Amino acid sequence: MAEHNQPLVIAVTGLNAIDSPGPGVAVIRALRDGLPHVRIIGLAYETLEPGIYLHDVVDKTYQIPYPSAGSDALLSRLQYIHRKENINVLIPNFDAELYNFIKIGPSLRSVGIQTFLPTQEQFDARDKINLYQFGLKYGLSVPADRIIYNSNELYGCAEALGYPLVVKGKFYDAIIAHTLEQAQKAFYKLSAKWGFPIIVQQFITGTEINIAVLGDGKGNATSIIPMRKLYITDKGKAWAGITLEDESLIELARTFVKATNWKGGCELEIMRTVSGVPYIMEINPRFPAWIYLTAGAGQNQPAALARLAMGEDVQPYEGYEVGKIFIRYSWDHITDVKEFQQISGYGETAP
Amino acid sequence: MRLKKNIATSESGFIFNPGTGDSFSANPLASEILLQLKEGAAISDIKKNILVKYDTDANNLEKDWDDFTAQLREANLLDI
Repeated sequence: MAEHNQPLVIAVTGLNAIDSPGPGVAVIRALRDGLPHVRIIGLAYETLEPGIYLHDVVDKTYQIPYPSAGSDALLSRLQYIHRKENINVLIPNFDAELYNFIKIGPSLRSVGIQTFLPTQEQFDARDKINLYQFGLKYGLSVPADRIIYNSNELYGCAEALGYPLVVKGKFYDAIIAHTLEQAQKAFYKLSAKWGFPIIVQQFITGTEINIAVLGDGKGNATSIIPMRKLYITDKGKAWAGITLEDESLIELARTFVKATNWKGGCELEIMRTVSGVPYIMEINPRFPAWIYLTAGAGQNQPAALARLAMGEDVQPYEGYEVGKIFIRYSWDHITDVKEFQQISGYGETAP
Repeated sequence: MRLKKNIATSESGFIFNPGTGDSFSANPLASEILLQLKEGAAISDIKKNILVKYDTDANNLEKDWDDFTAQLREANLLDI
């Protein structure tokens, strides 16, 4: 950990908290719970990300360029922040930004910033576009899908997969379509928002379960926590959930980590059918927004990731509390226009 | 009929299946039966106790028992 009783400085992205919240605030809460002395540097894209204004959560926040600005712009900005803050560990929390962070990983390490991220190959293998082939390769149950670039292909998808279909954006969002018209509408909406390709997936019904996983990059799972969604928003996000005891889910996650040598945090989105088959619907390459539940259940994944990033030998967790529940809530945080002006005008909060 | 080993029950009638995350509320008689099942009591003994304690006959008890076990099975609380 940091030397001479200096705080461990950890930079975290994903400070937004809309109805599909970023994981950043939850990651920070877990870091503060699990590590003795930390200073948290928030990295924000937009000026109204709530984490910027929560000073008991984030010590200081800097704006960073959007992923579309490219990895050079990101690296340049992080070098500036590093000169002022001496960052030890950086934890990115958005799918869309990971490509750049993985790319600049060696440059960050050369100046002393540690990350604990999957390799580009690992990142690509679990991509929605490659997920079906990934499942076939490793003997995992994954819904059949088609990757399309043109709405004319939807008819063929319906022939092959049947209705309803799940039409998915490249990065986020999924819409269930019961007719060709609905599928076409979803295609145009999602392609306008996230670009191409569009993923059309077989619809699977069952119980929605998510698994938060931390892989050590050598084929071992440092932590696995399965959670069943108890309350689901209209965006399909868990607003409440409970930890489960189910060896088959843990084994599934272990198989995934072993097969891929996954390095870092990730979330397996599972649909367990009535007959008990756990279909992997998606693999998110970062911690989920409900990650604080892992700390509540006794396996603090963000704190363990920070230790792994710092080169510590972190032994796999054994056991967790089953029946731990998270219930998300929202509240109105009051701040002053001066703070908004500071981050908007200078790209960083006051010291 | 055997209750799954990991099913948690309480005297208040709360039933929790840690494998699925499902929870249920049982009425006082159902929770009494579940507690006895968890303690490993024989079904014949549980039925005898019910006949002694409650104003019912063997025929009605059998009908209600079948209905009760069907609900437990549907709730995925029994070992198959």
